[in-house]
Amino acid sequence: MSGLGPALHIEGLHKSFGALEVLRGIDLEVAEHEVVCLIGSSGSGKSTLLRCINLLEPIDAGRIVVEGDEITARGVDVNRIRRRIGIVFQAFNLFPHMSVLANVTLAPCKVLGLGRAEAEARATELLERFGLADKRNAYPDRLSGGQQQRVAIVRALAMRPDLLLLDEVTSALDPELVAEVLNVIRELAAGGMTMVIATHEMGFARDIANRVCFLDAGQILEEGPPAEIFSAPREERTRQFLQRVIDAGRL
Amino acid sequence: MPPREAVRSTLIALISTIVVFGLMAVVVTNAPNWPDVQRAFFDGAIFARSLPKLVEAFGTNVALFLIAEIFILAFGLVLAILRGLPGPVFFPLRLLATVYVDLFRAVPGILVIYLLGFGIPGLGIAGVPNDVFFWGAVALVLVYSAYVSEVYRAGIESVHWSQEAAARSLGLSRLQALRYVIVPQAVRRVIPPLLNDFIGLQKDTVLVSVIGLVEIFREGQILKSAAFNFTPLVAIALIFVVVTIPLARFTDWLVARERGRQVAGGAR
Repeated sequence: MSGLGPALHIEGLHKSFGALEVLRGIDLEVAEHEVVCLIGSSGSGKSTLLRCINLLEPIDAGRIVVEGDEITARGVDVNRIRRRIGIVFQAFNLFPHMSVLANVTLAPCKVLGLGRAEAEARATELLERFGLADKRNAYPDRLSGGQQQRVAIVRALAMRPDLLLLDEVTSALDPELVAEVLNVIRELAAGGMTMVIATHEMGFARDIANRVCFLDAGQILEEGPPAEIFSAPREERTRQFLQRVIDAGRL
Repeated sequence: MPPREAVRSTLIALISTIVVFGLMAVVVTNAPNWPDVQRAFFDGAIFARSLPKLVEAFGTNVALFLIAEIFILAFGLVLAILRGLPGPVFFPLRLLATVYVDLFRAVPGILVIYLLGFGIPGLGIAGVPNDVFFWGAVALVLVYSAYVSEVYRAGIESVHWSQEAAARSLGLSRLQALRYVIVPQAVRRVIPPLLNDFIGLQKDTVLVSVIGLVEIFREGQILKSAAFNFTPLVAIALIFVVVTIPLARFTDWLVARERGRQVAGGAR
C-alpha cells in the first residue's frame, strides 16, 4: 500500500450539520510516519475532521485520499477503508459486555477473518506491550479510565492500521491518568505509526508532533513545526488561543 | 435502622396485615350467600378430583407457550431490526414491519386465533395443516412478536450511538455491529420486559380454547359442566399462579440486579 502517495491527503473538505458549517475547506497532507497534532478551541472542527477521515460522517464537498485511494469516492467499500484507519475516541467506547480480550479480538476475527488463536496471540502481544496483560479477562467497567483508553488504543492497533486517528483521547481522564495514555502514544510515534491527533495537551503536542495545525472556525488557520507554532505563531488568532492556554496553565 | 425499631416496624406490618385480611375474610364469609358461593367455587372434593386432569391438560399450554416463545423471540428481533434499517433503500421493509406491528397490536389476540384457526383450514388448500394446536401457536406468535419487537426496539435504541461508531470504525459491517455489539447489549437490558411478555403469553394460551384445542381451560369447562361446579376454574387459576409467580419474582430480581449494576457503573 505504501509508496502510492502520502498517507493522507485532504483537499477542500466541507462539512455542515444543518445550517452550521463545521469544516470550511480543509486542506491537509500527512506523510507516512508523520505525527500531526490538531489544536484549537472546542468547536473548531477537530473531532469532526477526524470522524470524516474515518467516514463516520459523510462529507459535503472535497476529497480524502488515503495512500492513493480516494476513500470519499462514490461506491467505495467503507468497511474495507475503515480496516486501514484506526480511531480512538475521547469516551473510549469499549464494548461493555465483552472482556478486554474479546474487545480486542472481535474485529480481527470478524473483519480480517483471523482464526481465534491467531487473533488472541496478536491481542496478547499488544496487551503485554502496553502493560495490560493481567487485564485480558477483565470487563471494561472494572478498569480505570487510563486502562480503558489503553485498551481502546490496543483494540485499534490490533487491526494493524496504516493510519491512527486519536480524538482527544485524554480529555475524559483524571489528570493523574493522562500520562500513562500519552506514554503509549509516544511509544507508537517512536515506532513510526502515522497519526493525526486532536488534543488539548499542548505540552504533549509540542513534544510529539512533527507538525501542528491550528484549527479555527473550521479552517486550518496556521500549520508548521511545533517549535514555530508554539513560540512564534504568525496569526493573531493562534496567539490568542495559545495565550488562553498558557493562562489556564496548560502549556 | 436500630434493631428495636426494626422489630417495631415488622410488628406493625404484621398486625395491620392480619387486621386487613381478617376484616376481608369476615366480610366475605358473612355475606348472605357465602355458603352457596363456597359450595360452587371451593369444593374440596371436586378440587382434588379435577386437579390431576387439569395438570395433565396444562401440559398442552406449556408446550404451546414454550414453542411459541422460541419463535416470538426470533421473529420479534427480526421485526425490530427491520424497523431500524436506515436509508431510503430499506423504506419498504421499514414500512412493512411498522404496519405489521401496528396491525397485530391493534387486533385483539382472540380474534387472530379465531380467524386463523377457522379461516385458513377453511380454505381447503392441500398440504396446509388442519391442526388447532398449530394455528393457535401461529396466532400467538404473530400477536406476541409485535409486542416483543417493540421491546427489542426500545432496547436497541437505548444503546448509545457511540457503540455503533466504535464497531463500525473497526471495519465491522452494519449487520456485524448489530449482531456482536448492539443486540447483545440491547437484549441484556430488556430481559425483564421480555419475561413480562412471556408471562402474558402463558396466560393467553387459554385463548386457543376458542378454536377447540383441549387445553387447561377447555378441560376445566368440561369438568365444570360435568360437576355443575366452578371449583375446577379456581383450580386453573391456582395452577397459573403457581407457575407465574416464581417467574415474576425472578423478573424482579433481574431488574434489581440490573439497577444495582447501573448505579455501580455510574459511580465509577
